[in-house]
Amino acid sequence: MENPIIELHGLTKYYGTVKAVDNLSLKIGKGEIFGLLGPNGAGKTTTILMMLGLAEPSDGQAVVCGINATRNPIGVRRKVGYLPDSAGFYDNMSALDNLMYIGRLNGIPEKEIVSRARSTMEMVGLGGEMHKKAGAYSRGMKQRLGLADLLIRKPAVMILDEPTLGIDPSGIRDFLHLIRQLSRQEELTVILSSHHLHQMQQICDRVGIFVEGRLLAEGNMETLSRSLFGKDSFAVEITVRESLPAAEELEQQLLQLSGVTGVGINATTVALSCHTDITPDIVRLFVQNGLDVTGVHKKEYGLDEIYHRFFEHNVKKESFQWQVH
Amino acid sequence: MAGSLAYFNNFLSKQPALSSFGVMVRKEVGDHIRSWRFIVMLLLILFTFAGTMYVSLSNLGQVARNYNDPDHDFIYLKLLTTSDNSLPTFHIFISFLGPLLGIALGFDAINAEKNNGTLVRLLAQPVYRDSLLLAKFYAALLIVGTLFLSLVLLMIGAGLILTGVPMEATELYRILTFVVLSVVYVGFWLSLSICLSVAFRHAATSAITAIGIWLFFTVFYQIIVNMIVRAILPDPASLQTEQVIAYNNLLLSLLRVAPSQLYTDAATTLLMPSVRSLGPLTMEQMAGAIPTPLPFKESLMIVWPQVTGLVAASTVCFAAAYYLFMRREIRT
Repeated sequence: MENPIIELHGLTKYYGTVKAVDNLSLKIGKGEIFGLLGPNGAGKTTTILMMLGLAEPSDGQAVVCGINATRNPIGVRRKVGYLPDSAGFYDNMSALDNLMYIGRLNGIPEKEIVSRARSTMEMVGLGGEMHKKAGAYSRGMKQRLGLADLLIRKPAVMILDEPTLGIDPSGIRDFLHLIRQLSRQEELTVILSSHHLHQMQQICDRVGIFVEGRLLAEGNMETLSRSLFGKDSFAVEITVRESLPAAEELEQQLLQLSGVTGVGINATTVALSCHTDITPDIVRLFVQNGLDVTGVHKKEYGLDEIYHRFFEHNVKKESFQWQVH
Repeated sequence: MAGSLAYFNNFLSKQPALSSFGVMVRKEVGDHIRSWRFIVMLLLILFTFAGTMYVSLSNLGQVARNYNDPDHDFIYLKLLTTSDNSLPTFHIFISFLGPLLGIALGFDAINAEKNNGTLVRLLAQPVYRDSLLLAKFYAALLIVGTLFLSLVLLMIGAGLILTGVPMEATELYRILTFVVLSVVYVGFWLSLSICLSVAFRHAATSAITAIGIWLFFTVFYQIIVNMIVRAILPDPASLQTEQVIAYNNLLLSLLRVAPSQLYTDAATTLLMPSVRSLGPLTMEQMAGAIPTPLPFKESLMIVWPQVTGLVAASTVCFAAAYYLFMRREIRT
């Protein structure tokens, strides 16, 4: 990658003896939308805080916009906007005043501040409600206000921690659309953290998968699924009406088909994995054997499967429950 | 005070470049002034001020004609210290209410921001962490200073209109020093409560702890010190005079651990120019002394240890708050 805007080199963070982030190295390019994906407690927020110089790394370094975040946190924070997952506002102040306060803290001249705050509120679609008290805002409106809060500073990088938490589905769609649009318009680099697979899939150019402080894989959907599933990139599941009489015999026959790499037989379902798409051949074989096929389901590997593949070995850790839509 | 006035000028003229510290102070001052708890404290202090002024004004003529009192000429100091025992004097009231004012302005300084989720957002801005803490402290002191100064100036103005007696320079110095002393005293309780607001997660816990410390020093501390001294003190009849004085000094030193004791000692000395010592004096020391008021500088020398003690205590609390806050992980 040429001229990455964010470089993490061997970033490590201990909380006591617990390793929250483990030797993390990552590069993110300008204008990219990068998704940090992982269950709760995977070290996403800690990584973000280290990028902002709000937490000290135990080892390694984070370089953002060419500035070392630990040595010069103020310099980094001038360029990077951060929306924390539980961002709050001063409830007794109007939304516009909240925004202007942040603007002033960032040294926006007094002459420009009102017009800039207003235009930012328009940009995130809160133009009509800018004089309401922030306490009267709904969760979705607060997230938009948080976005305005980042945009008024004209940052080079936006970091949003769990930005879609607690917003209704249509709100999420609009919000993500807004982020994507703004990122493209202003050539903003955006980092999103989430444990929602589909949302990340919708807007991210690249994702990194975090588990227990380690980055297990990174890349776009295509490379991720190739690196994870290797040759088994197709999977077919076939359901029959009655339980299979001669399971072993069927298994042998299926394995002889070219391209099939694995067969798993349950009472009434057969799961197959194969290199190439040979669903018609498989169905034909079932029909020739006189089995009543009631369903054929071809799996496509989306982020869901990527995610599951990572966590299926981790089932014992029931502490996280992610949502799969 | 010139600095604070300059700040107000800044606010009014809306100069373009205000540092992030200035922006925070401005916002904090605005928050405090609009908050109910400040309005309640303000009313409380205004009422006690009006009450004590009424009592002292109605007794002023009698006090001013009491030629046995070496301080009878200091009309404006008398306004602050005269009482007919129906009400305590103003500085005694402040020794009670000052801590409450300081606690009210500081007990939720940091933990409320943290619980509202505004702290992380604020610290993600290009601002230094310490300027937030300092802004909280400075803004509250600015308000307290303005409040006391305007009260005292009102009192001087009213006194001037009602009595027509011109004010002496030494009276003005003493009264202004009294204002500074009161601000320092409130500043101690403010920095204590800010420190507690950093240490405790919930605003209620820090408020209760601060009020507990205040109650302890106002009510129980004297009782405990008296009990201990009585237990270790031998029969006074069997003691030499020097030993009695030594024990007395010990008792006083122990009592002066309480900030309110320091404050009332210092305020009394400043407002009553004839007070020569805060400890016991022997007959030899008193021999040949003429009961006259001390010059301002001498009174200041007497209260200097008290003022230093108060400033030191506030600094310790503030340093503790600073230490706790700077190293704190900011995630909730």
